[in-house]
Amino acid sequence: MLLDRRTVIKSLVAGAFAAGAQAGAEAPADASESRGHFRVWDMHSHLESLSGNTPEERMEILVRHMDRLGVERLILSQGFGEHMPYPTPAQVRDENDRVMRALKHFPDRAYGSVFLNPQNTEFSIQEFDRCVRDGPMVSIGELETDVKCNSAALDPIVERAISMNVPILQHTWIKAAGNEPDESTPFDLVELAKRHPQAHFICGHTGGNWELGIRAIRDTRNVYAEIAGSDPVSGFVEMAVRELGAERVIYGSDVGGRSFASQMAKVIGAEIPDSAKELILGGNLRSLLGPVLEAKGLKS
Amino acid sequence: MIDTNVNLFHWPFRRVVGDDPADLVARLRKKGVTQAWAGSFEGLLCRDVAGVNARLATACHQHGPGFLVSFGCINPKVPDWEEDLRRCQENHHMVGIRLYPNYHGYGLGDPAFTKLLSMAADRKIMVQIALSMEDTRAQFPLMPVPPVDPAPLAGLIPRMPQLNLVLLNAGYWAGDRTPGVRAITKAGNAYFDIAMDEGVGGLERLIAETSPSRVLFGSHYPFFYFESALLKVRSAGLPRDQEMAVYEGNARSLLRRVS
Repeated sequence: MLLDRRTVIKSLVAGAFAAGAQAGAEAPADASESRGHFRVWDMHSHLESLSGNTPEERMEILVRHMDRLGVERLILSQGFGEHMPYPTPAQVRDENDRVMRALKHFPDRAYGSVFLNPQNTEFSIQEFDRCVRDGPMVSIGELETDVKCNSAALDPIVERAISMNVPILQHTWIKAAGNEPDESTPFDLVELAKRHPQAHFICGHTGGNWELGIRAIRDTRNVYAEIAGSDPVSGFVEMAVRELGAERVIYGSDVGGRSFASQMAKVIGAEIPDSAKELILGGNLRSLLGPVLEAKGLKS
Repeated sequence: MIDTNVNLFHWPFRRVVGDDPADLVARLRKKGVTQAWAGSFEGLLCRDVAGVNARLATACHQHGPGFLVSFGCINPKVPDWEEDLRRCQENHHMVGIRLYPNYHGYGLGDPAFTKLLSMAADRKIMVQIALSMEDTRAQFPLMPVPPVDPAPLAGLIPRMPQLNLVLLNAGYWAGDRTPGVRAITKAGNAYFDIAMDEGVGGLERLIAETSPSRVLFGSHYPFFYFESALLKVRSAGLPRDQEMAVYEGNARSLLRRVS
């Protein structure tokens, strides 16, 4: 029997009312694992696009939102100010200083990752030593568009990373309309990784076009897929786990421009075992950082 | 929970979970959804719009009566689209239509679009406009589709107070304070879903820029992970009444406006 339109609409409104009575008693279910079930560590975060005027104020905002979704710890890097494709040493130092101010304010909620400009190798080594060897930071990156990461200019920086056993987060994209000048792709990162098999590289955004990025890094075992900073397109994490294994997939958000919600959803909503979610949401990152955290006497 | 932004059938460039309607309904029910407003991915590229809408209506009726609410596609650039609009309302009993201006090759300043909005307002049929479907940076390289420029709506919406307009996937304009966008966000008959609303505190900002009564739960599922929209609401720290309004109260009010 065909119903007329008014009957259809009335039934929809009535159905919604009934549903509302149920939902009013309890918020909708099925993402319960996002609260407290997993130890969530976020590999990729910035202080950008937040309303505070200081690193401390912005970090407070991040911590408030971390608490709501059960994010235990961030790895925080540059990005307080405007994006700088070719930063001067002073700008690099300022960015790292701001990160260290935020860390000092919330030492139990974030570790730092040093920002470098590989175009200036000598300064980059000095800054690595200041912030990582002699300072509180525990990784390198996000390295962005200063120079393509397959450049030999990165080799001394990678050697330094190997010496302290810290991972390197490298921004990568494969943009449909072409990358920015000197913006790296996963293919560039693979070239670098093959030159340094002892180093651990985290492929930021997995190239954005993740169906290509996952394939690009697939046979390079010291490159990890990182899921931050792209739309929460379903299938991303399932493909990464299928092709790389859950041990090579790492959660990151790219907050403040992105939300914890959209990025965590890629893992929480993925049709993979809970054991894989545990690895991706923090287990793999804690393993990668384990040696440097232990050397520095920091918690993991 | 009413999800105002789901899609049936196959995304043209990738298989996604739930691209079979029965499977989609089962998944949505499991996630706590009690009603889903469904468009058809077929509407993006198929020019036999009447066939697209008939298949959508049939699938919604077969697999989710009272649960899947079909939103037919209208392309005002194909001949005799007015008949498609009539069929959506009179034959398929649809409460709304969903438009894809960027996939159909027209801007919102196009006279055909103005005529369509006007006819929809007269018919008291809801209009959803998908301002984008995916990140342009990640699109198939042979088919770039830029997002829709919403600016012309600023002049159109005030002239059609009976219109009930929902802007889907509007996140890319977050932070845009240009006069046109401000006029749209302040219009009392314009609603916004949260599927592409982004950034830390994004939902709170969207509500502040629009109204607690004009923000709708929309997931863009199954193209997006459903949990993205769900976690946005959960993590927004909204008062309970606002949270429930986003989950379903506002959608329910909108349904009443077209009844």
